[in-house]
Amino acid sequence: MQLFRAVILRLLTTAVTLSGVAVIVFVVIRVVPGNPIAMMLPPGATDEDVARLTALYGLDKSIFRQFLIWAGGVLQGDFGTSITTRQPVLGLVLGRLPATLELSVMALVIATVIGGFAALTGTRLRGTRSEAAIDVANGMALSVPDFLWGLVLILLFGVLWPVFHISGRVTPSIDLPFTTNFYLIESLVRLRPDLWWDIVSHMLLPALALAIPLAAIIGQVLKQSLKETMHLDYVTLSRTKGYSETHVITREALPNAVLPALTLVGVQFTFLIGGTVIIERLFSYEGLGNMAIDAVINRDLPLIQGIVILFAVIFTGVNLIVDLAYAALNPRLRHG
Amino acid sequence: MRNLSARVRGAPDRLLRDVSLSVAPGEVRGLVGESGAGKSMIGKAVLGILPRAVEVLSGEILLEGTDLLRLAPADRRRRIGATCALIPQDPLTALNPSRRIGPQMTDRLIDILGWSRTKAQDRARDLLAEVQITDPDRVLRQYPHELSGGMRQRVLIAAAFAAEPKLIVADEPTTALDVTVQKEVLRLIAGMQARHGTALLFVTHDLGVVSKVCQSLTVLYGGLVVENTTLRDFFPAPAHPYARALLAATPKYTDPGSSLVPVPQAVLDGVQAQVVAADRGWRNG
Amino acid sequence: MADGRGQVRRRLGLRLWLSAGWLTLLLLAALLAPWISPKDPLAQDLFLARLPPFWMDGTEPGYWLGTDSLGRDVLSRILHGARVAMTVALVAGTLTCVIGAALGLLAGFLRGWVDMVISRLIDIWMAFPPVLFSILLIAVIGPGLGAIILAIVVIDWTRFARVVRAEAMAQGAMDYVASAQVAGRGRTGTMLVEVLPNVLPLIVVLLTLEMGIAVIVEAILSFVNLSISTDDPTWGGMIAEGRTSVHQAWWVLVFPLITLFLTVLSFSQLGEGLKDRFDPVLR
Repeated sequence: MQLFRAVILRLLTTAVTLSGVAVIVFVVIRVVPGNPIAMMLPPGATDEDVARLTALYGLDKSIFRQFLIWAGGVLQGDFGTSITTRQPVLGLVLGRLPATLELSVMALVIATVIGGFAALTGTRLRGTRSEAAIDVANGMALSVPDFLWGLVLILLFGVLWPVFHISGRVTPSIDLPFTTNFYLIESLVRLRPDLWWDIVSHMLLPALALAIPLAAIIGQVLKQSLKETMHLDYVTLSRTKGYSETHVITREALPNAVLPALTLVGVQFTFLIGGTVIIERLFSYEGLGNMAIDAVINRDLPLIQGIVILFAVIFTGVNLIVDLAYAALNPRLRHG
Repeated sequence: MRNLSARVRGAPDRLLRDVSLSVAPGEVRGLVGESGAGKSMIGKAVLGILPRAVEVLSGEILLEGTDLLRLAPADRRRRIGATCALIPQDPLTALNPSRRIGPQMTDRLIDILGWSRTKAQDRARDLLAEVQITDPDRVLRQYPHELSGGMRQRVLIAAAFAAEPKLIVADEPTTALDVTVQKEVLRLIAGMQARHGTALLFVTHDLGVVSKVCQSLTVLYGGLVVENTTLRDFFPAPAHPYARALLAATPKYTDPGSSLVPVPQAVLDGVQAQVVAADRGWRNG
Repeated sequence: MADGRGQVRRRLGLRLWLSAGWLTLLLLAALLAPWISPKDPLAQDLFLARLPPFWMDGTEPGYWLGTDSLGRDVLSRILHGARVAMTVALVAGTLTCVIGAALGLLAGFLRGWVDMVISRLIDIWMAFPPVLFSILLIAVIGPGLGAIILAIVVIDWTRFARVVRAEAMAQGAMDYVASAQVAGRGRTGTMLVEVLPNVLPLIVVLLTLEMGIAVIVEAILSFVNLSISTDDPTWGGMIAEGRTSVHQAWWVLVFPLITLFLTVLSFSQLGEGLKDRFDPVLR
């Protein structure tokens, strides 16, 4: 019963948050100077044409009316029509979503591997110079945002030692036989290692740029959590059983140290997704974020709205998943 | 254990000052002293779990004739895992909250001693029954938080005996418990020890507990052994003045109304002088 | 143990001084840019386009760090870019701090409906992708220094509000606050006299970190070409230009990048160093 109430409360606050986002975006972009309709029409269009098109996009009504119409559409899955491409926003956005999702998840995996490795090594070597070195590297990685890491990576692996691609999602001359936009997954499913490698070598640098700050956070939080766990009696007891230090850290301490780190990493992952906007721009990667910046520059109001709402849904969704994962991993909550 | 000395790395003074003591098979030796006397440190040294900051300066720890300190770290670890066990102080933190009881009891048998899974599980079941747990199969499947403190202590005692170790170190196993549970746990440890014939090093600050379970005892002050004797000789009249004072300072179960006598300052000064003398010998030598 | 900790502290001290030194240098550069710049940062000369930095072949005297594709001097542009960066760091950082901390303090100490409203707002803000939000705001307000500062304040106030709210709540639950109220101090009085001083060290640390973030946001916005007018030199604008010509003239990207990198690192190391100084556990 208590759990049920908690879930309902959670869903309600999520709904409030999402409507808040919707209202704010809606109001903010209606104040955008510059008439998008005038930009769409060829020179020499009459006032009548302008009026007709304005009415078509519903821009002649009051902001409040416009919002109601738009919100009603959204609830039925209709996000309106893009002004620049004249295609349904939902289709455009969903077409780009896989690119951004693949990039974010790849970054998350890289961050978890690097951060986890740093935390475990740091714990294993605690009290030595190597631990201090890991801490310093961690501090650096944490202080500098993904945007700058992206630029550094472009210089290192795109110019000085050009081993990876620094723009696009796939080499343009390649003809992709894919039916979905999940290129990375589909290349695996179709057993095309050549395509897979081309895609990965495009994604690796942007994913790494996004991953570095998150890896540092995971490393820091997990190591702190491990440090606290290593003092507990069951860890000592495990040592007396004859297990090696590495076994003691990974098998006894790690499972209990992961849990406290998880919540924080969840919040940080939403920051990572937010970071894809500029990183996609930097690497000319054809994802949601890049599309969003173009939409802002082109004053494509319905498209901006759609993308921002989608980001908000992803953010709140990630937080929800983290909370569920926390409950699922905690034996105390799982049983009784 | 012979002439064991240890100190915090870089610190001028020793934590353990030429400690020698032995536990024979089947014997229960109490290790008594005030907090900070180094009694837990000895238990940790035997089990190879001294804190990193503590270094052993000299001496040897002999287990069935092998000096543990001379073994390579990995060999020492495995040897200790196969022949020694620990009954920890606090049952609430000594079980891993994210693992079931079963694996926590059998992991050593399977990984270190190479037993088969079924054999190890049968062993764990028998031991749980031996410590009077009524539904061993269910407990093996449970997580620590599903058990009461007393149950967990019993699980830990049973786990300590699982590999038929030669030596068990019990590190103040009753301090964290309720007085009523204490007696029961003591009886349980003593009974298990007698049945299995294990050597038991019982670390405690409570002479009352020693009088119930031990055959012999070692009294420590400032990392120095001040008395090494049998229970029979100790209790009527300890040889060392500090031990005598300590005995006088212990509340008696039989006579709870008797007033507590603090250890007299003169006795403390005397034993402190002994510590200083031992250090002088150490520095010059 | 003892000497190990001493080493850590010395290293922290060194980092703190290096960071402060770099930032002071930058502040001086920003103030004196018109006088110390070797060239006019806006002067174009297509005959001098893409000159490499001084240690390479084919340079012209006076163009120490080379020129960009329009023949503008990279060093002079970096020095002038420091003016925008430092202004944004100081003004936007401080404004964000004051507004965010005030809201957080109100929410954390007054609780009730004030807290409800502010917490909900924070939740909504957290659901926005910040970079997209800032780009959107600049598109709405229009380019310019004031617009950037406003955008940073609007987006980042939650950083302060969240942390200060939690801290004020924790402090508010302590006995000394209760005893101050028993002693007859009003609510506002208690908040300003008793709670604020205890939250202040935290606010100072956050402020230092925020200045670094403000510099980055400005760089990102001018990278997307939405910052000041296109002519004025900004680090982000230089980086955007350098990114497009990275294969022909890497120095146009490298030097502003190094400057930006060191600046952001310095602000954050300064913040971390201050945090350790204030933290009684580490002291």
